[in-house]
Amino acid sequence: MGRVRRIARRSFLIGSAAVVGGVAFGVWQVSRPVENPLRPERGATLNPFVIVDGDGVTVIAPRAEMGQGIHTTLAALVAEELDVEMSDLRVLHGPPAQAYYNSALLRGELRYHPEGLGGWRRVMADALGAGSRVLRLQVTGGSTSTLDGYVRMRTAGATAREALKEAAAQAHGLPRDRLATDRGHVILPDGTRIPYGDLAEAAAAVEVPEVALRPASEWRLLGRSQPRVDAVAKSTGTARYAIDVRLPGMRFATVRMCPHPRGGMARFDAARAEAMSGVDKVIDLGTGIAVVAHTTWQAMEAARAVEITWTPGPGPQTTADAFAEIEAAFDTRRNARPRDDGDVDAALEGADALSVEYRVPFLHHTTMEPMGAAALFDPAAGDGPHLTLWSGNQAPILHRDKAAEAVDLPPEAVTLHTPMMGGGFGRRAEFDFTVLAARVAQAAPGTPVQVTWSREEDMRHGFYRPGAIARMRGAVTDGRVEAFDAKVAAPSVMRQSSRRFSGFAPPGPDRAHLEGIADQPYGFASCRVEGYLCETALPVGFWRAVGNSFNGFFHECFVDELAHAAGADPLAFRLAHLDDAPSRAVLEAVAEMSDWTGATPDGIGRGVAITRSFGTPVAQVVEVADDGGGVRITRAWVACDVGRALDPAIIAQQMEGGLIQGLSAAAYEEITFDDGQVVQGNFPDYTPMRLPQGPRVAVRILESGGHMGGAGEPATPPAMPALANAVFDLTGRRLRELPLARHIRFAV
Amino acid sequence: MPVTLRVNGQRHDLDLPPGMPLLWVLRDVLDLTGTKYGCGVASCGACTVHVGGQAVQSCQLPVGDVWDEVTTIEGLGTPDAPAPIQAAWIAHQVAQCGYCQSGQIMAAAALLAEVPDPSDAEIEAALALNLCRCGTYGAIRAAVRSAADQMREA
Ligand code: FES
Ligand code: FES
Repeated sequence: MGRVRRIARRSFLIGSAAVVGGVAFGVWQVSRPVENPLRPERGATLNPFVIVDGDGVTVIAPRAEMGQGIHTTLAALVAEELDVEMSDLRVLHGPPAQAYYNSALLRGELRYHPEGLGGWRRVMADALGAGSRVLRLQVTGGSTSTLDGYVRMRTAGATAREALKEAAAQAHGLPRDRLATDRGHVILPDGTRIPYGDLAEAAAAVEVPEVALRPASEWRLLGRSQPRVDAVAKSTGTARYAIDVRLPGMRFATVRMCPHPRGGMARFDAARAEAMSGVDKVIDLGTGIAVVAHTTWQAMEAARAVEITWTPGPGPQTTADAFAEIEAAFDTRRNARPRDDGDVDAALEGADALSVEYRVPFLHHTTMEPMGAAALFDPAAGDGPHLTLWSGNQAPILHRDKAAEAVDLPPEAVTLHTPMMGGGFGRRAEFDFTVLAARVAQAAPGTPVQVTWSREEDMRHGFYRPGAIARMRGAVTDGRVEAFDAKVAAPSVMRQSSRRFSGFAPPGPDRAHLEGIADQPYGFASCRVEGYLCETALPVGFWRAVGNSFNGFFHECFVDELAHAAGADPLAFRLAHLDDAPSRAVLEAVAEMSDWTGATPDGIGRGVAITRSFGTPVAQVVEVADDGGGVRITRAWVACDVGRALDPAIIAQQMEGGLIQGLSAAAYEEITFDDGQVVQGNFPDYTPMRLPQGPRVAVRILESGGHMGGAGEPATPPAMPALANAVFDLTGRRLRELPLARHIRFAV
Repeated sequence: MPVTLRVNGQRHDLDLPPGMPLLWVLRDVLDLTGTKYGCGVASCGACTVHVGGQAVQSCQLPVGDVWDEVTTIEGLGTPDAPAPIQAAWIAHQVAQCGYCQSGQIMAAAALLAEVPDPSDAEIEAALALNLCRCGTYGAIRAAVRSAADQMREA
C-alpha cells in the first residue's frame, strides 16, 4: 500500500490510494477508521469508488444491481467527470465494508429534499438508532441509491481526473491547467494523448487535487439516457446471478424448512431420500432439512422424499384469523397520530359523512430468481475456517454478519460477494437465505455448495407485504373536503424487521406504517390520520414502496369516493385540493397525455390516482375495457417528477415496471393462509401479470429540480387505486378489497 | 442412463438419471447457466430453450425425451455476435433484472422463425407464458416488433 492522501470536501473526504498497478479513488474516512475493503490486512480506510489501472477504469458501485439500472447511473456519474466513455468502464459491486454505508439512509445526514425520507431509509435509521454511526447500512432500497451516489461518485471521478492530469503534468514539467482530458486520455498541449492506465501508478503518488464539480449545464452524459451497462450480458445469457455460480467440485443443494411460521420440526426420516441417486447427504437444520446432491433436481426430489413431522407455529391458522388479528388492533391503543388538523369530529358531525372500510391482502415478492445462495466453508484457510458466500442481497454487511454468527465465525472470516439479482423488491434485504446457505456449507466443509430454493419454498417462506385494513370517514361540502379521517391497522413491518436485523424494536410511532396516507400533499379542511399496529407470528417485510403500497390504495380510492360524493370530476377534484406544485403538475401532465375529459364511452372505464412517495409525486391514469370475456387493462399513462432526472430511460423503465407491479398486485395477487401455512406455492396459484394482460404504457418525466426523488418504488402505490377507480368508472362498483379478481373477472 | 444430447452444435455423451429435466442437465451438468429456473412446473417460461427450433419449457422435459438438437440462449448468439433478436433486446434496453430475459428471447426467437411478421395477438400468444416480474412487457413488445422488421429487411 502506498501513501494515502486526502482532502476535506464538505461532509466527506475524497482520497486516493495505490493498488496493484494503479490507483484507487474514493471516500476517505478520518473520524473513525474502518477497514479498507480491498486491503483489509492493512487497516487503511479508503473506500474506493474508482480504480484506474492497466486494465482501464473500474467503477466500484456501492449499491447492488437488482434491475433498477443503478450501476449504469453510478457509472455515468463517474464518467461525467472522469471523461471516459461509458463503454470503456467496468462496473463491480463493492465488497461489504462499513465504509460503504448508505449516507442517504442516515437521518442526521440528509441535505436533500426532506420528502425523500421514505420507507427504507427512515425505517432503517429508526430501527438501528441514530446513535450508532457505523450502522449496518450498506443497503439497496428505499429508492435512495441515486441520491446517495450523486455527489460522491462525481467527486470521485473529478478527483481521479485531476490526479491523472497532475501525474502527467509532473512527468512532462507542465502546469496541470494546461492539460485536458478526453475519452480516457490526458491530452498534452501538443496533442499527445496519454492513456489513463499509463498514468495510474504515478497518480497514486500525487497530492490529491481539490476540484469543483462541473455544472449541470456542461453535462454530456447525465440527464441523457445511457446504454445500460448490463444490457448485453442480460440479453445473451451471460449475466451471472448467485444461482449461476459454478465452482470446481460444486455440489447442489436445496432446503425444506418448516412451512408453519415460527413452527418447528419434531422428527424426520431421511432414509429414502439418502438412498436416492446422486444424493450426498441430508442435513438437519433444526427447523427443517437440506439435501446436498449432484444436481439441483436430485436435491429437490430427495428433499420432497424426506418424511418430516412439523410442529405448528403460534400464528394464525387461516386468512380470516390473520385479518382478525389486524382488526383487533383497532381496539388497542393507537400507535401514532401524525396528522390532526382542524376539527375532524365537528366536521363529520351532522354532515352526510361517508364511512367505509378497505382491505388489502398479504403479498409475496416473487422475484423471478428464487431465493438461494452459493457458499464455501473452508475449514482450514490460513488462520482458521473461512466462509465465502455469493448471495444476491440488498444489505451485504447485515447478511455477512448474520451468516458469520450462524456458523460461529468472526465477520472477518466471511467474504460475501453480491452478484446481480434476479429481482429484489425488498425481499433480499432479509438474510434468511444467506444464513441457510452458510449453514449448509458448514455441514459440507470444503465443498462449494449452490443452495437453490424451489419456487414453493420461496413462496411459502416469504416476508410478506402485510395485509391491512383502513377505516375511512369523510365529508364534502360544496366540492371541498371538510373532513378526512383515516385509521389504518396492520402488522408493523418496521418492528418485525428491526427485531430480526438488530434484535430490538424501537418503541414509539411507526411512521412507515402511515406513509402514503399521512404525508400526502392535499389540503383538506380537517384531516386526521391514525395508525394501529398488531403483533403477528406471520413474517412481514419490505415490499416495493412498503407502507405506501397499501396506503396509496386507501387514500386515493377514498379521495375518489369523496369526489364522487361531491359530484366532481375525480381529476379536477384532486387538482382543486393539491397544494404542492409538482404534484399538480404531474396530474395536469397525465390529464393531457390521456386526453382526460372526465367522460368515458360505454364499455370503457378510466381511473386516476396520485401518490407522492420517496420524494417523487407520480400521477397515473389507467384505462380498462370490457371486452366481453372480462375486464382488460388497456392503457396507462404515468407522469412523475423526480426533481432531476439523471437517466430518463432508466427512470421510465422503473416507472413502467412499478406501475405493472402495482396493477398486478391490485388485480390478481393474494397470499392466503390455511392450516397455519401459506396456501400458494407456485405461479399457478400466485400469478403476477403476464404480457397479454399488460397495458400499453406512456411515461412522462418532469423535472422541477431542487431535489432528487426516488424512481424504483413511487410508481407502484398509485397504480392500485387508479385501477380500482377505473373499474368503478366502468362498472359502477366501488371495490374496497384487493385483489380485484376476487370480485370481477379479468380478461386473460 | 446413457444419453446423447446435441446442444448448441456440440455433442455430449452423458450418463444421467432417467427423468431428469433438460433444464438441470443444461445448468448443473453442462454449466450452461443462461437458461434459468423459475418455477419447475412450466408456468413461468424462464427455462425456455429450443428443441428442433421449437420453444420448449426445459424444466418439464425429461432429458430422455429430447427429440432433436437443443439450442440455448448461449447458442443463439454471443456478446460479440448477438443474434438479431438479441440485438433488438439490447437496442430497446429491455432487461431490468434480466432474469426472465433468456426465456423471453428464446420464445420470441422461435416465434419469429415461424412467423416473420407476427401480429400483436401472435406476439401475445407466443409470450403469454413468460413471466417478467420487473414489468418489461412494453419493451418486449417493441423489441420483438423491431427484430421482426429488421430480420425481414435483412
Ligand atoms: S422454470 Fe420452466 S417454466 Fe418456469
Ligand atoms: S427483467 Fe426482471 S423478471 Fe424480467
